[in-house]
Amino acid sequence: MSQASNSVLATKNLVRRFGGLVATNDVTFSLPAGARHALIGPNGAGKTTFVNLLSGVLPPTSGQVFLDGQDVSAWPVFKRARAGLSRTFQINQLFADFTPLETIGLALSEAHSEGAQFWRRAGTSRAVVDEAVAILEQLDLGDVMEHRVGSLPYGKQRLLEIAIAVAPKPKVLLLDEPAAGVPEGEREQILEIVEALPKEMALVLIEHDMDLVFRFAKTISVLVQGALFVEGPASEVARDPRVRQVYLGESEVEHHLDTPPPGGAGHGHAGEAGRGGAA
Amino acid sequence: MIDTAAHATQGGESRAMAYFAERAKWRWPEFALWIGAFALAFLFPSRALLFNEVAILALFALSLDIVLGYAGIVSLGHGAFFGLGAYVAGLLAKAGAGAGLLSDPTFGLLISAIFCAFVGYITSFLVLRGADLTRLMVTLGVALIFAELANRMAWLTGGADGLQGVMPGKILGLFEFDLFGRNAYLYSLTTLFLLFIVARKVINSPFGVSLRAIKGNALRAGAVGINVNRRLNGAYTLGAAYAGVAGALLAQTTAFVSLDVMEFHRSADVMLIVIFGGVGTLYGAIIGAAAFKILYDLLAAATPQYWQFWLGLILVLLVLFVRGGIMGLVTGVYQRLTGKGGAA
Ligand SMILES: Nc1ncnc2c1ncn2[C@@H]1O[C@H](COP(=O)(O)OP(=O)(O)OP(=O)(O)O)[C@@H](O)[C@H]1O
Ligand SMILES: [Mg+2]
Repeated sequence: MSQASNSVLATKNLVRRFGGLVATNDVTFSLPAGARHALIGPNGAGKTTFVNLLSGVLPPTSGQVFLDGQDVSAWPVFKRARAGLSRTFQINQLFADFTPLETIGLALSEAHSEGAQFWRRAGTSRAVVDEAVAILEQLDLGDVMEHRVGSLPYGKQRLLEIAIAVAPKPKVLLLDEPAAGVPEGEREQILEIVEALPKEMALVLIEHDMDLVFRFAKTISVLVQGALFVEGPASEVARDPRVRQVYLGESEVEHHLDTPPPGGAGHGHAGEAGRGGAA
Repeated sequence: MIDTAAHATQGGESRAMAYFAERAKWRWPEFALWIGAFALAFLFPSRALLFNEVAILALFALSLDIVLGYAGIVSLGHGAFFGLGAYVAGLLAKAGAGAGLLSDPTFGLLISAIFCAFVGYITSFLVLRGADLTRLMVTLGVALIFAELANRMAWLTGGADGLQGVMPGKILGLFEFDLFGRNAYLYSLTTLFLLFIVARKVINSPFGVSLRAIKGNALRAGAVGINVNRRLNGAYTLGAAYAGVAGALLAQTTAFVSLDVMEFHRSADVMLIVIFGGVGTLYGAIIGAAAFKILYDLLAAATPQYWQFWLGLILVLLVLFVRGGIMGLVTGVYQRLTGKGGAA
């Protein structure tokens, strides 16, 4: 991948152990600004663990994380978020008692450093409200913005999970299986939203559905048993025989080699839909 | 492309502004409650001392609701701040000896609030270090330490004999505490009302929303950039200051402070009241305090030996079968009456 100097996010010899299990094994990784990167690997490969280490949800056993060239390994989650690192969770992490409007209003208040203000009513900052509604409308949540999050259909909750991460205009957005558990018909909408994100935002997508992966990604990393197995441009990774063997179904890779990536409707392999679970 | 500089549609934005305004609006039951509370002083002047106790208890419960209901910190030692506030106000009134600034009750409230806010802020770092169970133990431990200090420092607190010679002056130099307690009640109620308005405003602010967010999902709250512990420090400090004012009111309106203000049962009672009334609702604290006091008096009169049994039974039934305490019932009824969302 590109050299460390213009990378927005990088790791150096990152290791995370859970008892005897090495969930992240000596990962050195670099993500350029504006990347369209996919992180793939079989179940239990350590993808979510890696995202947890990047975002600060988990401390590493050893190694470092760099954001904009700065060592953020010891920073708590909130500080990395403020520095422009945003993420979604494989299992929704939402405020069930909030409305989408309050949820995005909260995220934007923090992004505008207005979140600690205690002497004015929430919702009186026009800039925040305007931006919140704009984002909700763009992510197809406009019609349910005053509804209780906990009672929204799962697909809408999944959209909100993306909206809350996108709202602060992060430099880097890590998407951990954003379409996990979403019914087939609604997966397409989620990918379209991800593809429509601003070009300057570096994106890392974790996804099991190879159709979606090859349609989205310019570069791919394959994680196997915690270690970076292969990485490079999407077309090379697809051709790599080791990848075919370890992770991709032979036939599926053939499909992506023989036919250009589909531009229109997402069809075919549902892949591992994931165990999305309830909010 | 998703345009992060895009603007909301006209309709969408005005709908959103209206939504936020509606959420924080005062509703008629709120007006009714406060007008009723003030009217009690004139309708039943002979019961003013009882009402005064309820108002103080309500403020104490309100302070715990900020800590428990909004910051989500389970405290078993909230009584420490109540006791500290009582001693600070008592000592000031004693030093002032009935005249001058030191003996002005409102000045006493202010100093108690500042002192307890300070102690609350310092101890909040200890409390927030641990997870739930550790927090519980730290709050309990801190309260025990203060109770023992009050006991040991008899030269200052009067120890087991209590603090003698507490002589609060006129309120703002104008109103004297009368024998029947009407001015005391009006004084406590006014303090409660003003602090309630402040609390309501804070809870409806971006800060208050972030507290609810932290309580709802601390992981996500951190991921949107909220410095969770810093916000909780703030909420705990506010709760401590409020509890201190409640204690100060008790010292001033009864002109006495004893070790009883530091006892564990106060922390336990106030916890019961908040749960009884409805956690995280502000009004639950007030209604809970009134209900608790009424129930206590009724049961104590009817079954002097078994009142605790009946109180316990009622509490268990309420917690098991009514979600959200008394306020859960009240908002349910209100929503059915008006057909819309609940009060703030
Ligand atoms: N908190 C934890 N404690 C112990 N083991 C863990 C923990 N989190 C993850 N693991 C283990 O680490 C390994 C990697 O898990 P991780 O969730 O990162 O995989 P993944 O690649 O995201 O898988 P999936 O595709 O199923 O989401 C698994 O073996 C998992 O059981
Ligand atoms: Mg995962």
